[in-house]
Amino acid sequence: MTAFVRVVWIVVKKDITVEVRSMELLSTTIFFAITVVLMFSFGLVVEGRAVQDVAPAILWIAIAFSGTLALGRTFERERQNDTLRALLLAPADRPAIYVGKLVGILLLLALVEIVLVPLVGLLFNAPIFAHPFRLAVTLAAGTIGFSAVGTLFAAMLVRARSRDVLLPIMLYPMTVPVMIAGVRGTAALLQPTPDLAIAQFWLALLGTFDVVFLTLALWTFDPVMTD
Amino acid sequence: MTRTTLYMLALTAGMFAVAPFIINAAPNEATMGLVYKIYFFHMPSAWMFLIAAITSGIASARFLFFKKQSADGWALAAAELAVLFGAFTLVSGPLWARKAWGVWWQWDPRLTSSLVLFLMFVAYLLLRRFGGPGSDKLGAGMAIFSIANVIFVYVSVNYWRTIHPPTSVVPTLPVEMGIPLWFCVTAFTLLFIVLLRLRARLEHQRARVEALFLAEES
Repeated sequence: MTAFVRVVWIVVKKDITVEVRSMELLSTTIFFAITVVLMFSFGLVVEGRAVQDVAPAILWIAIAFSGTLALGRTFERERQNDTLRALLLAPADRPAIYVGKLVGILLLLALVEIVLVPLVGLLFNAPIFAHPFRLAVTLAAGTIGFSAVGTLFAAMLVRARSRDVLLPIMLYPMTVPVMIAGVRGTAALLQPTPDLAIAQFWLALLGTFDVVFLTLALWTFDPVMTD
Repeated sequence: MTRTTLYMLALTAGMFAVAPFIINAAPNEATMGLVYKIYFFHMPSAWMFLIAAITSGIASARFLFFKKQSADGWALAAAELAVLFGAFTLVSGPLWARKAWGVWWQWDPRLTSSLVLFLMFVAYLLLRRFGGPGSDKLGAGMAIFSIANVIFVYVSVNYWRTIHPPTSVVPTLPVEMGIPLWFCVTAFTLLFIVLLRLRARLEHQRARVEALFLAEES
């Protein structure tokens, strides 16, 4: 177990080091997320006022879009000098490598969400501070579910042709439950009188999704990544 | 084509030729009249859609975890049939819904999960077609995830309104309606098996040719 955690930590540390030196992923992804939200506000703001109850949908679509972009770029970086092969050749548990990449993506998306959530709250009048803790947990659960599937697919696609278009094509239908549960759960928290019971239900669904798909991903990562 | 497949194909063709007459002989339904007869093709194709998807998932798991090479051909064949029967289900469903519910589409759990399952198998086929080398393994992973995902889609949409007639209506059908229904289910099952065998055989032969070609080259 400690060996597993150590490998995870080494992979995460490697990704952080690479990222800190260039800031490429973080800056581009955050800026992309901001532009997505702005595009939505140009489309949806009517007569200077935001349409009601669209904030959760826009928030989650922005997360999905920027998540896809970040996933694609992270593994593109691993592909350029065939470093993913080096990672896989390392005498380490394959699932640990998967978890390491996943944690890296989650850290990145967490930073993106820190910018994204206040921006959506500001532009669409969403009361994001009504239940900040529950909102954070819902966002975390949804992001974990999205990234668990996304990291596996992006890793699988590293060697495939037309990977840029195949990633969203495969990932979006697969994360429909995350989108529904995430948007509904967030909407229940952001509405004028928050409905905690409903938010709880969706959070439970997200949690179940996370557990099932993380298990499946850990299980399939090794056979899929073997040549 | 083997002799068995040929006989099955002939039988299937015969059954589909007779089916319109049998369906025509069935009585009209009290409230929906003639329109309900779409059901005789809609329900069997929906069943075959689900069976094809599950077949593809199981074959993919065999391929990925038990290294059974021939399972990949079955997985691909079943996935193509899932898209075929899925398209049929998703076209015949709204035709009926327009008359019965007055709308073409409803975000009901069954409809939504069928649509998402269909989308996932279209994505699977796109991956197999354009993914290049190694896409067989990626596809297998994708198919396994798709099967697991359907349950979540169903549960998550179930929280909204359900208006699709439940499957429990089937045993309660009167005999005059039951006979054409089961006739069509048999015809569609035969069609599914024939197409699956033919397509899997083609895929196995293609894999063999490829292996022979590689052996010749090296």
